[in-house]
Amino acid sequence: MQTQEVPRPTNIAPIALLPSNPLHTRLLNVLLIIWRAMTISRKVAIGSAIVGFFIVVGLFGPFFMPYNPNATSNLFIAPPSGAHWLGTTVVGEDIFSQLIYGTRTSVFWGLATGLLVTVLSVLVGLIGGYFGGWTDDSLTLATNVSLVLPALPLAIVLAAYFPRGPLTIAMVILITNWAWQARVLRSQTLSLRSREFVTAARASGEHTWRIIFFEIFPNEIGLVVAGFVSTTIYVILTWAALEFLGLGDGSIPSWGSMLYWAQQAGALGGGLWWWFIPPGFCIATLGAGLALINFGIDEIADPRLRPERPVKATKSKKEFHADRLSEANHDSGVGGLLRNERA
Amino acid sequence: MVTNLHTNAQTNTLLEVKNLNVDYLASNGTVHAVTDVSFTLQRGEILGLAGESGSGKSTLAYAITRLLRSPAMITGGEILYYPRSSQEERNTSRVTLTRLSRNGKREHKKNGNGHSEDEKQPIDLVQLSPAQLRDIRWDELAIVFQSAMNALNPVMTVRAQIMDVLRTHRPHMGPDSRKQRALELMQLVGIAPDRLRSYPHELSGGMRQRAIIAIALALSPEILILDEPTTALDVVVQREILTEIMRLRETLDFSVIFITHDLSLLLELADNVAIMYAGRIVEKASRRDLYLHPRHPYSFGLLNSFPALHGPRRRMSGIPGSPPDLRAVPTGCSFHPRCPLAFDTCHAVLPLLQPAQGEENGQIVACHLYDSRFKAEPPATADLARAYEALAEGRGVQ
Amino acid sequence: MRHVIRRFLFYIFAVWVAITIDFFIPRLAPGDPVAALVGKMSTKGYVTPQMQQTLSAMFGLNTNDPLWLQYFRYLGNLLHGNFGNSIQYFPTPVMTIIGQDIGWSIMLGGVAVIISFILGCLLGIIAAWKRGSALDTSLSPAMNFLSAIPYFWLALLTLYVFAYLLNWFPLSGGYDSADIDPGWTFDFIGSAIQHTFLPALTLVIASLAGWMLTMRNSMITTLSEDYVLMAKAKGLSERRIMFRYAARNAVLPNITGFAIAIGAIVGGQLLTEMVFSFPGIGYALLQAVNQQDYAMIQSIFLIITLAVLGANFLADMLYAFLDPRVRIERGA
Repeated sequence: MQTQEVPRPTNIAPIALLPSNPLHTRLLNVLLIIWRAMTISRKVAIGSAIVGFFIVVGLFGPFFMPYNPNATSNLFIAPPSGAHWLGTTVVGEDIFSQLIYGTRTSVFWGLATGLLVTVLSVLVGLIGGYFGGWTDDSLTLATNVSLVLPALPLAIVLAAYFPRGPLTIAMVILITNWAWQARVLRSQTLSLRSREFVTAARASGEHTWRIIFFEIFPNEIGLVVAGFVSTTIYVILTWAALEFLGLGDGSIPSWGSMLYWAQQAGALGGGLWWWFIPPGFCIATLGAGLALINFGIDEIADPRLRPERPVKATKSKKEFHADRLSEANHDSGVGGLLRNERA
Repeated sequence: MVTNLHTNAQTNTLLEVKNLNVDYLASNGTVHAVTDVSFTLQRGEILGLAGESGSGKSTLAYAITRLLRSPAMITGGEILYYPRSSQEERNTSRVTLTRLSRNGKREHKKNGNGHSEDEKQPIDLVQLSPAQLRDIRWDELAIVFQSAMNALNPVMTVRAQIMDVLRTHRPHMGPDSRKQRALELMQLVGIAPDRLRSYPHELSGGMRQRAIIAIALALSPEILILDEPTTALDVVVQREILTEIMRLRETLDFSVIFITHDLSLLLELADNVAIMYAGRIVEKASRRDLYLHPRHPYSFGLLNSFPALHGPRRRMSGIPGSPPDLRAVPTGCSFHPRCPLAFDTCHAVLPLLQPAQGEENGQIVACHLYDSRFKAEPPATADLARAYEALAEGRGVQ
Repeated sequence: MRHVIRRFLFYIFAVWVAITIDFFIPRLAPGDPVAALVGKMSTKGYVTPQMQQTLSAMFGLNTNDPLWLQYFRYLGNLLHGNFGNSIQYFPTPVMTIIGQDIGWSIMLGGVAVIISFILGCLLGIIAAWKRGSALDTSLSPAMNFLSAIPYFWLALLTLYVFAYLLNWFPLSGGYDSADIDPGWTFDFIGSAIQHTFLPALTLVIASLAGWMLTMRNSMITTLSEDYVLMAKAKGLSERRIMFRYAARNAVLPNITGFAIAIGAIVGGQLLTEMVFSFPGIGYALLQAVNQQDYAMIQSIFLIITLAVLGANFLADMLYAFLDPRVRIERGA
């Protein structure tokens, strides 16, 4: 594949954190940047709110479930009622409780796997980009091949042969999804590597690994974060898809497995909308939240994409000041996020 | 309809800019990029526009061609263009490029009063609708951008980019005559004709710039605006391109507005030079007058900010400070914080362009030093020199 | 030309990787799939030693032969188009079944992809050109939400609403198999269209957003380029600037995405087919997974991979055709 821009919404410029700052300052800067991003862009704010909501439900929800999600009962396929807010399944389990427990399962497995994939792609991208030569060539070939093989069919084939369960799915998703982000990071690393601060670090005898992770990597955090968000969307969708196909562990309630059981029980033909609509809706909403964050980050990094305010000659200065936060601080960490830093 | 009986000789004016104002409506304050700019361009004149980055010269060029992008907008003034009437013939000494006739083109170049162009009534470019603008663009008014690489469409051949201008503005030309024209243009700027089939990235920097110039001249415009045409090129190519442009001007007889920060270039090439500072014109003079006796302290500073090749060694000072933030321009004369000759009136009263005391040669300057109401005796050029030297030596301002 | 050859070699390599993966997976998986299968099949009827042999052969478990020999025999079989026999429909060869199903999938997928790509790009171009207008500000957030909806859930939803609730469309199948026989008759084609409509609609809706949003963003960036400004300065018509200068450059990232999306669409189409019980390859894969018909699973994977790689290769060629900068040799 050519090294062209992949049309996912991450056209982000590196956030330049001064390499000479001590680590805690840089970490603080990162937090500030995240806070800034959330308050400046409406998209990021809404997206974060949605994701935050699901995380909270996943964390604390299961303590408030009305029933044990796996507890069967005699009330089969009951429509929503006062006792069961979302009705029951074909074996009498409470769907609402399943949904809450499923939130925990789906969200956390999704985030964890997304993190794993991001870590792997960061490693491949950084190492390939930094070392060049044979290492880079072989890693690039692997990346390109992995990109070009169809992910879901491969995932299905792999998962079909191995024992069913979340670990298998996680491994399978990892294998099929690391390539895209790796490629993006590799090209970023390549361009950063030729910058002077890297040459200076090498000349002063800094250890290679330190250079990679403490000099180059901090400049790519923006890309990595955006990539993590993108990847997690795909991970969550793929996870649900694989479970829907029956390749997961059906006994653990999750959004995908709920859909699987619903399909098995013929929920569609039977009109059991309360069973299959809620889990899908949760997946879609969480995905939308993550997508909003992604597009918001894009807008922050590339001011040209920001929503244009209609220019009226009569608009008063006060209105302008109220609309945006003051752009007065120009220090690197925080201001860097706002300025379009193309090298 | 009353026919205008003015002769050609009387109205040699080609472009008249009157009190033009351009603002950028940014979120943290309105930036006054161009304030109250007026000047005239005669037929066949080369007008140089000089100034630092941020002085508003490029914005002015884009405003004249109506290419400003939001949030920039023209907030006042007129840009009067005097089209050549159909009776006039162009004065060309040696026409190697045929002037393309306008047959078949819809004649709807009317100004606000609805008179036809035969009457030599000027057209206010600010008032034109997008459709009318499209007619005038490139035909009468062409602009050469700073970076040729970025100005050429990377996925179209050079020939295609010449041809689409011809197709749009000269619909009666057949494909053969268009090809012929493209070849003529290539010859004109000195590019081998087989390069017509090349893509922009296959040409060298100098060739790209020539290609841009060829495209600009495709319709034999009346005015050619050059926005820093050689800044991105090395010195040798720079010289070639500029010589080329001047030669073409002789042949095709167009006027030039030349925008650059390199004053020395203008002194060689331009007939008249206008110096811009913080969005205003602060001095306008013929190149000889400017060179011999720059009146405005800023002009003096600009002229003397590069060292002479020979002569006694002296300390250079340049002009202290930096251009003002255009959201908050200093009161009175915007140059006063940096001027070695500023006095109390300078930060209270805005100076207007007028001839220096007693001068009749057409040199105008916006400076209180030459206003008899505030200063009895205007400074001579030597006085300006001394003030700058004092600055350089650190002895403080007079 | 060199570019074409390089890409071709790459794709050949990718095909080889896919085949090798296919070969090694059953040999690496834990447990003994053959025994499990035999166990399953014996519930349906007697399992002849011949069938057992075939199964073992398929899994390469008559391990008298060294691994490399098995590999080459496997490759040889593939090149002869011998993908083995299906277990569900034993002893029908896999290729026969796939051959029947693949036509349906291609029809569904082809139509959906083309419609959504063209429509999405057009919408993106217009939204970017009329940026800030009512069309743009309402379309973009809607598309944002749409792009995050999982294919299969959208499929479930459309099926539920339009087939179950409203009864406008049939609930499953590719055509009304009870009443109509396949053939080039009006009845059949009409029925096929009726059955294909919902899955196609789902696919188009689900993928439309992606095209539109990336096209719009790419357009916005392109519109601020100098050559667009110059085109405007040249007095060219709006339409010409929009398409020949801006869109022509802005669509390039989308073409790459088009290739990558082929893979995604195939995945999504899998799920859509499963939801709609549409008799394509995806549905066949589902059944194969459920029935543990490993021969089918592997073969379908290979077929899909080949199709995707082929599409990617074509897209690469298209990109090189559209963007002259790529045709020059480029170093890393």
